[in-house]
Amino acid sequence: MTIRIAAETPWYDLFSRGARDWLRHNEKVRDAVKESLPELLANSDLMTRPGNRTVAVPVKFLEHSRLRLADAQVHQGAGQGKGEPGDILQPGREEGDAQGSQGGTGEGEIRFVVELKVDEIVDWLWEELKLPELKPKRTATMDQNEYVREGWDKRGARSRLDRRRTMKEAVKRHAIQAPAVNEEPISLVNDDLRFRQLVRRPSPATSAAVIFALDVSGSMDEAQRRLAKQFFFFALQGIRRQYAKVETVFLAHAAQAWEFDESQFFQASSSGGTVTSTVARLALEVMGSRYDPSRYNVYFFYASDGENAAEDRDEARTALAEIAAQVNYTGYCETGGVATFRPRDTQLAEIFTELKGSGLAVGTSHIASQDDVWKAIREFFTQQAASD
Amino acid sequence: MTELEEYAQRIESLARRLGLDYYPVDFELAPASLMTEIAVYGLPVRMPHWSFGVRYIHQLVRQSMGHSKIFEVMFPGDPCRAFLMDGNSLAENTLVTAHVLGHADFAKNNQLFARFHAMAGGNIVEMAAAHAHRIQLAIESHGVERVESVLDAALALESHINIEGELHRSRYAEFVAPSERPAENPFQSRFRRLPGIEEPKAAKPGMVRAPIPPHPEYDLLWFIANYAPELEEWERDIFLMVRAESFYFYPVFACQIMNEGWASYWHARLLREAEFLPQPLYLSAIKAHSDVVRPFASGQQTALAINPYHLGFTIWERIVEKHGLERAREVRRDEDDFGFIRNWLDEELAGEAGLFVYEARPGDEIRVATKDINAIREAILAPKFNFGAPRVAAVELKHDGSVTLAHDHPSDGRGLDVTRAKRVLDYVHRVWHRPVRLLTVNERNEAVELTA
Repeated sequence: MTIRIAAETPWYDLFSRGARDWLRHNEKVRDAVKESLPELLANSDLMTRPGNRTVAVPVKFLEHSRLRLADAQVHQGAGQGKGEPGDILQPGREEGDAQGSQGGTGEGEIRFVVELKVDEIVDWLWEELKLPELKPKRTATMDQNEYVREGWDKRGARSRLDRRRTMKEAVKRHAIQAPAVNEEPISLVNDDLRFRQLVRRPSPATSAAVIFALDVSGSMDEAQRRLAKQFFFFALQGIRRQYAKVETVFLAHAAQAWEFDESQFFQASSSGGTVTSTVARLALEVMGSRYDPSRYNVYFFYASDGENAAEDRDEARTALAEIAAQVNYTGYCETGGVATFRPRDTQLAEIFTELKGSGLAVGTSHIASQDDVWKAIREFFTQQAASD
Repeated sequence: MTELEEYAQRIESLARRLGLDYYPVDFELAPASLMTEIAVYGLPVRMPHWSFGVRYIHQLVRQSMGHSKIFEVMFPGDPCRAFLMDGNSLAENTLVTAHVLGHADFAKNNQLFARFHAMAGGNIVEMAAAHAHRIQLAIESHGVERVESVLDAALALESHINIEGELHRSRYAEFVAPSERPAENPFQSRFRRLPGIEEPKAAKPGMVRAPIPPHPEYDLLWFIANYAPELEEWERDIFLMVRAESFYFYPVFACQIMNEGWASYWHARLLREAEFLPQPLYLSAIKAHSDVVRPFASGQQTALAINPYHLGFTIWERIVEKHGLERAREVRRDEDDFGFIRNWLDEELAGEAGLFVYEARPGDEIRVATKDINAIREAILAPKFNFGAPRVAAVELKHDGSVTLAHDHPSDGRGLDVTRAKRVLDYVHRVWHRPVRLLTVNERNEAVELTA
């Protein structure tokens, strides 16, 4: 009898079939996750986190199903140990600790987290939806000056010393001056120094500001807010694909308007009536103080169920028109009930349609369900690309 | 020669002296990573499939929690291939060597193992590796998705072979002799006697096309491989490969208690009689033995599962003690776990071992239900019936290529888990390409028809 040892078969350690099949499983999980992506994304709070742009999705293992019998009402099994018929081996679960015992060690309960890069997700969505790329607004006033490198000089700030270039100069000089003593180490003289030069160049603005305004009055329910959030999320992702720097502003309003940070934005609710002009005024204020439309590509998105106070109509119209005239694009998204139940357009829909008619870059869409979010997104980006 | 080799050799000659009869055993010390994979795949090199990846992670988690230590794995054949873990101590590996010889003796002599050996030959490790290679080639030429959907179906039906049937079997006879003309009823005979009625011409003598399948077919893998209307040759090959491996796994599955018990009996006995082992080594080996054959985890009073090593070991000791080694060898030859438990686990043994049947209601307490010997036997054997799978047979293949599967729920006692059954049906449909139906019952015992 011989006993071989693994050293004679070193390949055992080189690859792992288990790991290979595990990776394949993960690939399949990823594909499955992709399919329910919009839903997942809408539930996570990731709009304003540009630094760590990944979504962690907790998932269960995929199950390779087999035929098996339905669970018996009473499970019987063989056991071993001390015990007489009627003895209790494991007490029944109390109502209260039903939660605690969930984390048992059963096989089905191991979970893991799939991490997806938001950029990848968005790339994938863009491909899927065949959406065009956005273009920054090109107007003279938008241009900002930018320093670019151009040429070298013998004088300059130390921080802009180009070492490679300097060494080249030294080598050239050395080669000419002392061809016989090539062995010597090359020394540098002031004349060899080369500094990078900067010149000013005008360039189009590459930063954008996105203002999200949400109607949180009593008539906007949870589901409508979620649809609005999904629309906002994807609109923002699309804009982020284009601009190096995107800043966000979250405004909510009922009869009054407030600015929120993102984490509170979608939780905000109010029982008041709806006065759209308040949020439009607030948006103008924000633009005036922080995001000058001549320096930023400003996008304004507004989600509402469309019902504005009748007496606010004129004021809302004026304020919204003012916004639409200044920003790259204004998107209005109306949430809620199926359009056929509405005998006519809501007041806000009318206003935005009118603004659109007057040649401003305005888009309107109606979102009643998940699918409409995609339609709205597609419409927005197609229009936006066409308007450039 | 290493110490282990030296002990192994001496244990082997002791084993031969004591009458163990086996094909040569090829031992190999393997790293923990390979041992883990063998535990997951069941074979050292086996076809790729994502479901093994899930089991692999579960196994890693269990091992990291210390729940599962793999000492050895042995593949019966000629020669047998035994893998010992290179991280085992010398004492453990000495014990394991003796244990493997017990398995080797069992595998050569037990009728179920011998039957597989006769049908497929004694080279399962190489066979499975060749299968894995063929599947790799299929992936290269047809893409991973297509191969995967075939494997999804084939592996889901892995246990659905006819264990009494042959590994190599031919297709059904295409024609059957026509059935006898049914006896005439009084009207027909009177009608025939009327004047002017001619004797009808005898039906063309010849054969009648047989229905497919001619009887409920439980060997689903074989049935699909042979009768799926649009199966490519390579897809059919995959079904047959999975099926061949299932035939290999069946004896291992159906004799687990006997086989582990037999190997434990022999490792204990061989070590006891191996006078050449130094005392300390013997002691640590015997400690490892008692860890393996103890009925519950340390510190526990009861277990809701039966340790097959312990149960098998106890029964074999009793058989040898009461009936002698020769009788034990006959039992090892003739029985599988069903016969072994029903014939040899008696009331006295069950009482001594403290076996019982427990009942668990969902969310409710678990209590000892009975200590009746028949109930205990059936509780131990219940998960083993029909290769651990529900009895599902192909019953009808129609002319349009659609197939009907029927679940034999009266003999299984209840219906199928419908959600999973539907998914399996979807897997099958993806390779069958025509409608697939499955008949079973729901929890209220009403007929259910699943389709895909």
